[in-house]
Amino acid sequence: MSAFASHDSATKQSAGVAITAEEIAETGGRAPEAVAQYALRLGDDALMLSQRLGWWISRAPELEEDIALGNIALDLIGHARFLLTYAGSAWGKTEDELAYFRNEEEFRSVRLVEQENGDFGQTIARQLLFSFYQYELYSALQSSTDQTLAAIADKALKEVEYHQDHAAQWILRLGLGTEESKRRIQDGLYYMWPYLDELFADEPLHDELEGIAVRPSTLRERTLERVTALLAEAELEVPNVAQARLSAAPRDGAYSEYRGYILAEMQWLARQHPGATW
Amino acid sequence: MTEQTTTADQAATTAEQQHFEHLISEDSRVEPRDWMPEAYRKSLTRQVSQHAHSEIIGMQPEANWITRAPSLKRKAVLMAKVQDEAGHGLYLYSAAETLGTPRSVLNEQLLSGKAKYSSIFNYPARTWADMGAIGWLVDGAAICNQVPLCRASYGPYGRAMVRICKEESFHQRQGWEILYELSHGTEAQKQMAQDAVNRFYGPALQMFGPPDADSPNSQQSMQWNIKRFSNDELRQRFVDMIVPQAEALGLTLPDPDLKWNEERGHYDYGQLDWDEFMSVIKGSGPCNVQRMKRRREAHAQGAWVREAAEAYAQRQAREAAEAAAAASATDAEATEEFTVVAGRGSAELIGA
Repeated sequence: MSAFASHDSATKQSAGVAITAEEIAETGGRAPEAVAQYALRLGDDALMLSQRLGWWISRAPELEEDIALGNIALDLIGHARFLLTYAGSAWGKTEDELAYFRNEEEFRSVRLVEQENGDFGQTIARQLLFSFYQYELYSALQSSTDQTLAAIADKALKEVEYHQDHAAQWILRLGLGTEESKRRIQDGLYYMWPYLDELFADEPLHDELEGIAVRPSTLRERTLERVTALLAEAELEVPNVAQARLSAAPRDGAYSEYRGYILAEMQWLARQHPGATW
Repeated sequence: MTEQTTTADQAATTAEQQHFEHLISEDSRVEPRDWMPEAYRKSLTRQVSQHAHSEIIGMQPEANWITRAPSLKRKAVLMAKVQDEAGHGLYLYSAAETLGTPRSVLNEQLLSGKAKYSSIFNYPARTWADMGAIGWLVDGAAICNQVPLCRASYGPYGRAMVRICKEESFHQRQGWEILYELSHGTEAQKQMAQDAVNRFYGPALQMFGPPDADSPNSQQSMQWNIKRFSNDELRQRFVDMIVPQAEALGLTLPDPDLKWNEERGHYDYGQLDWDEFMSVIKGSGPCNVQRMKRRREAHAQGAWVREAAEAYAQRQAREAAEAAAAASATDAEATEEFTVVAGRGSAELIGA
């Protein structure tokens, strides 16, 4: 059964059965341009964070964390594959063409997910902010009138619930653990906090996609309320720090330094062999 | 045999020893609760923990390629694979713990360099094709070695191996697919595949250990039904398996002496470089130093996280105990208050 079976428009499909990137590709349906731009944003966030988290596998504080962080990275790359495949349908491009053959300025990830792993505290601080945001995002996106996005959100949400739980458990352990862990997680939070604004920045694209996309600003209050409550429980302070300035168009990479390094490493091999299959 | 070993063995009753010997002769399973000779326990602990360490160190050469995998699908598959290896390490450490040595001690043995791990992981993974060669040849050799271990006399080890072998055969298949794509791709990809196979073939054959004549521990291990086939038998089985697979890949194996021997019904293969093997075991492999450095660094840099988790667990336990104490104190207070109220009531009554 195809997710694109009954309608031509990608925004009015039959109940989504989009389970794998391959299935999304096989449906042969095309996402409209604006929907594709939106999917690209969500997909790029997932891809960049997966790329960052994958680094931890074989370097985590204990074996159980190699597995846990690996799991999260795997879930995220799964989300990235659905979303990039769906986005690419608008332009006749595959997930790999989008992941490996776009330049820095063509990516649409937020700076938060591009930040360096740092120590485990810094990584967990990023996980906290992103997974709590993503949980609200996918909860709302489940009601998208775009059935493919709704189906992707439905599948991803179950996994993000775990990411959120993982982050919350570590925030409590590190916040209430030792003096050193408290200092490190607090430092990590200060480091990541300036990139919150970009997560909730509305763009003209969101006006165009009423009912299809989730307006980022609507997620802010609920996300921060829950993050703040958790920090209080962990006896950590809400960082009192200025937000990093947004570029004229959020997510355009104009103010991002790390993106180039991430892509240099990620894309190098694929670009050395253009047109090759792997 | 140490003095302690002798004492432990001597303390065992004849009935216990007979039970162990009976289990071995019946080809049954020895379980953690059963008495076992100290030498059996020591030998198994060494073997199972070395196997666990190999899984853990073996994560590194492949993890190096997670950030550079050339397609998203391959990246996902590779992450899942390396994660499986961490899982194998965990099962195996658990199996080893049932023999009486805690994971922390086993880990210390790895970090201090006292314990060994499979030498193959001291070779570098230089190209993407190495992900294919490691999956096909290294995991392939591991499977040949490990399938018979599913029937190892020690229950927890055998059961761990059943689960591990299922996942390893999946990994071998994935490795083969990587090489298949490369060998059927561009000329540069094909060369990359051939180069990787050339580098991993010899070390993969050496994963079965030294030739039988130079493998002193094998005999005892076979008597205990831990090991079922000799090193050379397993190596032969592996060679016989990979020759047709290499042909299907359209790649050659770097051994001029490799040819079918009609009489034996097996492939003959050439001499392996055992001097190189010994030198890598002794620490002179191309990556021995960096593998150990990375493991030690991960462990050292994670210390504060493990300490925090421990402190938090203690805090939780303390708070739970305090809450329980407070609850019983509240009960006591409530009883006391009730008594006082009753007393006052009585007084009031009296006063009245």
